[in-house]
Amino acid sequence: MTDSGLLPSGPAGQRLRQWQRFTPLQRVARAGFYVGVLIAIIWAMRTIQIIPEFLYDAPQQTADLFVRMWPIDWSWYPKTVHAALIETLHTATLGTILAVLLASPVALMVARNVTRSVVLNNVGRLILVATRSVHSLMWALFFVAVFGPGALAGVLAIAVHSIGFTGKFLSEAIEEAKPGPLEALVATGAPPAAVLIKGIWPQVKPAFLAIAMFRWDINVRESAVLGLVGGGGLGMALDTALSNLYWDQAGLVLVVILAVVIVTEIVTAWARSRII
Amino acid sequence: MDAAATFQPNAAEAGIDRSLIVRNLTKAYRAGQPVLRDVSIAFAPRGVTAVIGPSGTGKSTLIRCINRLVDPTAGELLFRGDDLAKLRGRALREARRRIGMVFQEYNLVERLTVIENVLCGRLGYVPVWRAWARRFDSKDVDRAFQLIDAVGLTAFATQRADQLSGGQRQRVGIARALMQEPDLILADEPTSSLDPKTSVEIMELIASRAGERDIPAIVNIHNVALARRFADRIIGMSKGSIVFDGKPQELEDSHLLQIYGGEGWLE
Repeated sequence: MTDSGLLPSGPAGQRLRQWQRFTPLQRVARAGFYVGVLIAIIWAMRTIQIIPEFLYDAPQQTADLFVRMWPIDWSWYPKTVHAALIETLHTATLGTILAVLLASPVALMVARNVTRSVVLNNVGRLILVATRSVHSLMWALFFVAVFGPGALAGVLAIAVHSIGFTGKFLSEAIEEAKPGPLEALVATGAPPAAVLIKGIWPQVKPAFLAIAMFRWDINVRESAVLGLVGGGGLGMALDTALSNLYWDQAGLVLVVILAVVIVTEIVTAWARSRII
Repeated sequence: MDAAATFQPNAAEAGIDRSLIVRNLTKAYRAGQPVLRDVSIAFAPRGVTAVIGPSGTGKSTLIRCINRLVDPTAGELLFRGDDLAKLRGRALREARRRIGMVFQEYNLVERLTVIENVLCGRLGYVPVWRAWARRFDSKDVDRAFQLIDAVGLTAFATQRADQLSGGQRQRVGIARALMQEPDLILADEPTSSLDPKTSVEIMELIASRAGERDIPAIVNIHNVALARRFADRIIGMSKGSIVFDGKPQELEDSHLLQIYGGEGWLE
């Protein structure tokens, strides 16, 4: 590398020191990465086969939908949508509480500072991945098949699907607990359960509440569509409106869902700022 | 001084032999690279022993082997009729609750109040459900308040630990250790994170409380002047072995040279 005669010299007659952020090999790898991304995009576009004719009239179709939804049938709200809305909120809330109860022991099993067994850690991680990788709509289809259509299937779908998310973040919060205080409690002769309650829980509590609330926020949105597959709530009302082609009623449901999402966002943002 | 005259609950049970005998203690975190090499010391049943020595010389490991936060590789730790090195499970927890420990970084549960941190010293004694429901024995609560008074934090009893200064936190740490009604106090660099004035106050507190309770204290410390001032006995360690063991007035520059190496810093 040091081709002394060709390199420029500094004021003191020394060679100027050179600096480059990346080695030649790294530069080739980076260029390769960008080419790879480009190939992936082109490949994906060719696979999904966009039919241009469908694109041309998309604006008219969209406009047509909005026209059919207008004026919104507000009178349908007290008759059906209000009860469905309340059912959706209950589904989300019960589902989240159940999820937190189910996820907590799994999170403790996954956290390496609590469970010092790689086998158990991985069993827990498998539970988290398995529950999370199946969408709540799929879980709802499953529970509707088992328990019949209704809010119970919705609650269980929300709960089981949320285990993965809640458990993963909870286990990370547990692993971030400072080891010093835990060591101090162990040194007082405290049994493991007492270390958990007095050492880990106070450190994890803010994250625990934030995770539960964030998940509730997500679950309100998810439970709003579960009715499409028989999970009760607003989705059921939307399904009814759509299958009857009552677009003004469908519009009402969509407006209600939008309003609920905005309100939960405001509520959880406020509550989070109070906890942390 | 201060509340000592009226302070009854700090009196230790009489008639217990509180001497600690360390015999051939060896600890290697990695096989073949011992941090402690065949250390044998007998600690008297009372008085402050300061352990001095450079960082990474095994002082911390020695103290942590005693209450088994670190498991020794070989050796015996004889205390109150047990070999601490052999204890497991419940027996180990019961031995630990008689050994109070003070840490360099205080190790308080920061989101709990001062009083609750002090009450954590009883976790080895109270049933878990009582700790969970915060239904501590009223005698324990009263004693916790007395200890908080004794370490000078009366006004802070119901404040959260994360609102305190370093010196105040260390006082809570000492109160928590005393709350265990210990037969031995271990302190791992209790003053290394504190300013010089606070360091003196903290050492004074450890020495006076241990003296008043008539129990031994083993203190790891970097500061040789503080060790000389508060300890009845100084143990100098270097590379995992004891190279000095004697009274503070016997510690000479030649010993310090042997313990720490170098010389420029002594002038």
